[in-house]
Amino acid sequence: MFGRIARPATLAALAGALMMGTAAAQTNVKIGILGDRSGAYSDISGEGSVVAAKLAVEDFKPEQHGLKVEIVSADHQNKPDVGAAIARQWYDRDAVDMITDGVTSSVALAISQVTKEKNKVFIDTGAGTADLTGPQCTPNTIHWVYDTVALANGTGGAMVKRGGTTWFFLTADYVFGQTLQRDTSAVITKNGGKVVGSVKTPFPTSDFSSFLLQAQGSGAKVIGLANAGTDTINSIKQAGEFGITEGGQALAGLLVFSSDVHSLGTKVAQGLVLTEPFYWDLNDQTRAFSDRFAKQMKGGSKPTANHAGVYSDVLHYLKAVAELKSTADGAATVAKMKSMPTDDPLFGKGTIRADGRKIHDMYLFEVKKPAESKGEWDLYKKLETIPGDQVFRPLNEGNCPLVKG
Amino acid sequence: MTTIFGVPTQALFGQLLLGLINGSFYAILSLGLAIIFGLLNIINFAHGALYMMGAFVAWMLLTYVGLGYWWALGLAPLVVGAFGIVLEQVLIARLYKLDHLYGLLLTFGLALIIQGLFRNQYGVSGLPYAIPAELSGGQRLPFMFLPNYRAWVVVASLTVCIATWLVIEKTKLGAYLRAATENPTLVQAFGVNVPLFLTLTYGFGVALAGFAGVLAAPIYSVNPNMGADIIIVVFAVVVIGGMGSIIGSVITGFALGLVEGLTKVFYPEASATVIFVIMVLVLLVKPAGLFGRTA
Repeated sequence: MFGRIARPATLAALAGALMMGTAAAQTNVKIGILGDRSGAYSDISGEGSVVAAKLAVEDFKPEQHGLKVEIVSADHQNKPDVGAAIARQWYDRDAVDMITDGVTSSVALAISQVTKEKNKVFIDTGAGTADLTGPQCTPNTIHWVYDTVALANGTGGAMVKRGGTTWFFLTADYVFGQTLQRDTSAVITKNGGKVVGSVKTPFPTSDFSSFLLQAQGSGAKVIGLANAGTDTINSIKQAGEFGITEGGQALAGLLVFSSDVHSLGTKVAQGLVLTEPFYWDLNDQTRAFSDRFAKQMKGGSKPTANHAGVYSDVLHYLKAVAELKSTADGAATVAKMKSMPTDDPLFGKGTIRADGRKIHDMYLFEVKKPAESKGEWDLYKKLETIPGDQVFRPLNEGNCPLVKG
Repeated sequence: MTTIFGVPTQALFGQLLLGLINGSFYAILSLGLAIIFGLLNIINFAHGALYMMGAFVAWMLLTYVGLGYWWALGLAPLVVGAFGIVLEQVLIARLYKLDHLYGLLLTFGLALIIQGLFRNQYGVSGLPYAIPAELSGGQRLPFMFLPNYRAWVVVASLTVCIATWLVIEKTKLGAYLRAATENPTLVQAFGVNVPLFLTLTYGFGVALAGFAGVLAAPIYSVNPNMGADIIIVVFAVVVIGGMGSIIGSVITGFALGLVEGLTKVFYPEASATVIFVIMVLVLLVKPAGLFGRTA
């Protein structure tokens, strides 16, 4: 009788001891995906970022490195106060070690400050402002995918070299648009081009016809779209209607995602030149990833550069944590990530600079003509590869306090 | 080149024409709102969502059924109108005897639900919808390039607005309608089916929103938020025109489109707020709106 009870009890105790044993050797990692799940950027962030992070964890095989990884997600609604509050709660109460995604510049800057205060890790993918690795850089933040300077250098520089020497800007009237216009104007002037005019459009705007008419009247060779999301989509759609490109003027989309082009269709968007660090159809590896991604997405949509960034940064973060065997000190983890070269199937080889800027190649794409496009998502042809050291802002020009020493 | 306040007259004419085109969307949407408010006393906040539905139904007809723009122009308003009739029967009809506020809250909630469902299903980037081949291209006027499609929008919405006004003001049916809103009990006593009238009126107002949605699909991004973006402006138009005044909503719709167009030339940053500034000024001077009847 006694034996009957004792045996299972001993077994249970043994099992318990074993489990505790593994728990002691295992590092728990909690990753928070904090993006836009309901608003204007939910197609480039949202559920896709969670799927991308899960795929990264799957590929890393954490149990082989003694890690146990959990992913949580939340919606910051593009509001800095909401984003900061969730970040604080995650760090304080829910033991989240790292936050990624972050889309929307104002929210990303807020999360970055909270992360520094709590000494955790924030890896921004979707927000554009180059200030994250400039005056507002911190030892706890990495900026992964693109920024306003890179977009300006990519599209702006390329268009001027292709003969687009005079520019007129349609600029979304808020920080992001103004920064983008400022950075692009600098690139244009540096390359011998000239900005002949600009118009500040209220954000958001559905009708761009008046502004397009002004751009048309300016006679500029290139109309630069310093806006994003639906604003970009509407301005491109209406530019086609007013015969802008037929009239010989070129459109330059300064921030365009493949999901935007998909929404426009190649008939309307054809010929548009844009800069992105990732496109699903770049090579076998990106195609394989995109297929896996699409299977988990409603409507089978392909990953955007932002989703690819989440995959890439989660992978690199886990590598650093596996080496350190701890997530306790966020700044130390970021330092470790900076010391290791990055390498993943989507962005290839790269590095992370002292100011937190992730460096990789970007690509100049042109949207295909309907006749060239073989499917719903067959959107871009590659014009050129822009090496990472040329497309991003030089380390000493960003005014990042971390760089001075 | 002659200029007015530093702006070339040619550019000015162009902008005025564009303002007129935008005004036609305001006019047709605020007309629907005015009819629903004037006859049913419901502040229909779901109007923007139903306008969005019109655009989506056009897209669905093309994608799933293969029916093009011209079919959509006829069918989508019917579909949206039928949906409106169901809404009216199931929910809105219960609120006629209550304060305006309940109708506003209910339709606001409905708008959020409808937009949420569409966003969940189709995402926020929007869907492609091309301008019909017959209307692509444009005319090179002396002062601007006028896309054929935009010209068509003005013609279509003016026609619908005038026809609606004629039906309500000049026909027997319209007279019944107006009488029914003044004194439903009396009109019912004459053997007129008042509840049916109200249902059909709501259906018609909503169908107008659906019609505007189809008109908008080829030029704006077809996305779940398109209604939310425009509805506040349209409400301002209705308030300026005088709540419930049909002719007022049409005239102010076009007029405010023009004002907005001019603002885009002289001070583009203010073009999103100019309508609200006008609303404040009008309400200070004429609280019932420009064409409103004071009770």
